[in-house]
Amino acid sequence: MGNGTHLGKVRGLGSSGHGSQHWLQQRLTALGNILLVGFFVVSLIRLPLGDHAAVLRWAADPMVALALILMVVSVFWHLRLGLTVLIEDYVHGPMLLLATVLLNFYAIGGAAYGIFTIARIALAPVVAGPGGM
Amino acid sequence: MAGNKPNTRPRAPHLQVYKWGPAMAVSILHRASGDGLAIVGACLFLWWLGAIAAGPDAYAAFVACIWHDPSPEISLFHQITNILGKVVLVGLTWAFFQHLFSGLRHFVLDAGAGYELKSNKLWSTLVIAGGVFATAATWLYILAGAL
Repeated sequence: MGNGTHLGKVRGLGSSGHGSQHWLQQRLTALGNILLVGFFVVSLIRLPLGDHAAVLRWAADPMVALALILMVVSVFWHLRLGLTVLIEDYVHGPMLLLATVLLNFYAIGGAAYGIFTIARIALAPVVAGPGGM
Repeated sequence: MAGNKPNTRPRAPHLQVYKWGPAMAVSILHRASGDGLAIVGACLFLWWLGAIAAGPDAYAAFVACIWHDPSPEISLFHQITNILGKVVLVGLTWAFFQHLFSGLRHFVLDAGAGYELKSNKLWSTLVIAGGVFATAATWLYILAGAL
């Protein structure tokens, strides 16, 4: 398969040399997910989810907003690692590149949207009456 | 990946020749639940966040779409999405617990423990049972509060 030879390296065969980094990041973000998604799921169960004002008040709390932003980072990092392995296992040939690029758009774009939206909620000026922001 | 000509090498025995066991099931369920959370769960979360930020009307529209439309005449679209939304939410709850318990099992395996046939089988079975049990308990708690 070209393991270790110079030609094999040029052709992109063999070990990438980043396997242990992927493995470790997956475990570290998994630990983050246990804490942060655990907090999030318990909050969801306890919140009156049909009441927009109550949900907004909860999400705008600085500590909650911070936890939500950290959760978005941990979750999207973790899902990027996991979906990378899924794509590597099932997608081959030229589609591999396309799928990997799309995954990165999704993971980075989704995380950016999430963080920006939480910041919008947390930093929005309090406006009386309908409309809000 | 780089093979341009068809591979004539003998292939490894594939899924269908193995006798299924709990460890195999928990392994593929880890992938399935993780991918479900990564794609459906993350998108639903972002949609929900966007609806909170966009204001009470947008949030009410979100709830009317995925949970319950309070209007007297519910459109066919919302009749379908109200059912679909609940199915997806229960599914995501299961995927969360399955992936959580299975992930905890992986931490134990990473430490080098739990590979003996008996304990591997036992903990794989417990992970699957625990995922179903925690999902049922969560929704019973939610429904008990709603009634």
